[in-house]
Amino acid sequence: MTPEVLVRAEQVHKSYQRNEVLKGVDLEVRRGEVMCLIGPSGSGKSTFLRCINLLEQIQHGRLWVDGELLGYRQRGDTLHELSEKEQSRQRADIGMVFQDFNLFSHYTALENVIAAPMIVRGESRAAAVERATALLERVGLGDKLHAYPRRLSGGQQQRVAIARALAMRPKVMLFDEPTSALDPELVGEVLDVIGDLADEGLTMIIVTHEIGFARRVADSLAFMDAGVVVESGRPADVIDAPQHPRTQAFLSKVL
Amino acid sequence: MAHRTRQLPEHTEESDAPDPSRAADGEAPPDLRIRLVPKRHTGRAFAAALVGLALAAAAWSVVTNPRFQWDVVGQWLTARTIMEGLLLTLWLTALSMAAGVAIGIVLAVMSSSKNRLLSGAAAAYVWFFRGTPLLVQLLFWFNMSAVYPRIVVGLPFGGPELAAFNANHVITPMTAAFLGLALHESAYMAEIVRAGILSVPQGQIRAASALGMTRLQTMRKIVLPQAMRVIVPPTGNQTISMLKTTSLVSVLAIPDLLYSAQIVYSRNFQTIPLLIVATVLYLVTVSVLTLVQSWIERKFSPDGARERRPRTGARTTALDRRLP
Repeated sequence: MTPEVLVRAEQVHKSYQRNEVLKGVDLEVRRGEVMCLIGPSGSGKSTFLRCINLLEQIQHGRLWVDGELLGYRQRGDTLHELSEKEQSRQRADIGMVFQDFNLFSHYTALENVIAAPMIVRGESRAAAVERATALLERVGLGDKLHAYPRRLSGGQQQRVAIARALAMRPKVMLFDEPTSALDPELVGEVLDVIGDLADEGLTMIIVTHEIGFARRVADSLAFMDAGVVVESGRPADVIDAPQHPRTQAFLSKVL
Repeated sequence: MAHRTRQLPEHTEESDAPDPSRAADGEAPPDLRIRLVPKRHTGRAFAAALVGLALAAAAWSVVTNPRFQWDVVGQWLTARTIMEGLLLTLWLTALSMAAGVAIGIVLAVMSSSKNRLLSGAAAAYVWFFRGTPLLVQLLFWFNMSAVYPRIVVGLPFGGPELAAFNANHVITPMTAAFLGLALHESAYMAEIVRAGILSVPQGQIRAASALGMTRLQTMRKIVLPQAMRVIVPPTGNQTISMLKTTSLVSVLAIPDLLYSAQIVYSRNFQTIPLLIVATVLYLVTVSVLTLVQSWIERKFSPDGARERRPRTGARTTALDRRLP
């Protein structure tokens, strides 16, 4: 039995005014799979992630998460845009970790993690705090519960951001270059946390420039360039024996 | 003149760590203490002396000039009618400010709407109420009954009426003053709140949205609390400014602080002492408000000033107010 597909993208197009960023992205991520997206800057990787989280509206194609069409309801051959509430519910099931952390700066680490479960899911304070504390301990920040983001290093902030996303018990986690804004010596601590999540079988799509990390944790690797997935497959195959000249050119520069 | 010498605090010589310069050959270390003769600021001292002299002269004249009639000032400073005027001024300030802030927030949210009519209407409102003098607006509200003799609650364009009022009864001088001050203020507050909302980075909104918060939840829980840091200081200034601006309502014969003083001096002709009474009371109130303002400003920078204090688990109580 093949594992079911959790995230599916079909011919996703996205453009800003005249500038077409995504030119038909096809991708499938199975439940429990870790997929790394690599590619040069401007290739559309981050935009694609934001489309999955409905932060961007696509102009063509379809996106499904867990069998549910994202952003629309299909009636016959027309698509009806979901209400804001329905879109928010879909987003709540999709965790997102940003390049620049985006912790809520008026909340402490703990408050950052309990905010969405309480506000969005209506969880009780006690339950939210208990779970948030456990999550923050798991990412190694049990002693920083009451610290404000400004007092945390970039690596610590990003780990809080991961705990914050996990607190919503997402079906899939999206990482948008989670270590690109970090000082080199802080990259490791964040990658370790993501690696642990991979071991636990969380479904993840990770946009990254860390090829070594991708080779280690990814079940599959997709190389994007100029708005399309050029090549995908097992990480070792793509990295060590790229088939497409553009993949070869990119990897020869970054490896 | 003997120069003052000042001993600067030094590093302790008795530190336990071995001092390499001393350990080398047992010689006494060179004396590096600073016996300071500060440089002189002749020009500054001269200017200070001049200003001091001017202040002293002014104070002397104020105290000795009998026409200030300080005894009359003292007599009226806490008089009942003056105190009632002060109370009305405070009341009008609080009421107009509260309404101004509330309408201002609505306008700010409207102006950030993607709907052109909503944002355009907000812009037009701000343009109108900021573009005309408050005094003119006050007089207009006061004479509103000349334009709309009847105020009707009901459906527009000749629809059924639910209730109708005589404008002369509804628009009392006090309502006119409140409407004028509040609507004028809301135009300024709209801009202040808008600037506050714009100061919150887009990433915060994206993160809230990614976590499944609706736009309203994001606005209430994430954007506005952070915008407060930018909104609060100018709002404090607006409040202080409003307190003084309420004196304009004396033209509507509302017995605020200024008009109460005017009523008194129109009877006893003690114009100057009563203007001094009003001045003193405005100054005292503004000073108190300034203290309150700086206290509130400190309160609204939770990750700045407050975090340096030691904190216990009790910290979470502050969150209870902000989360549902």
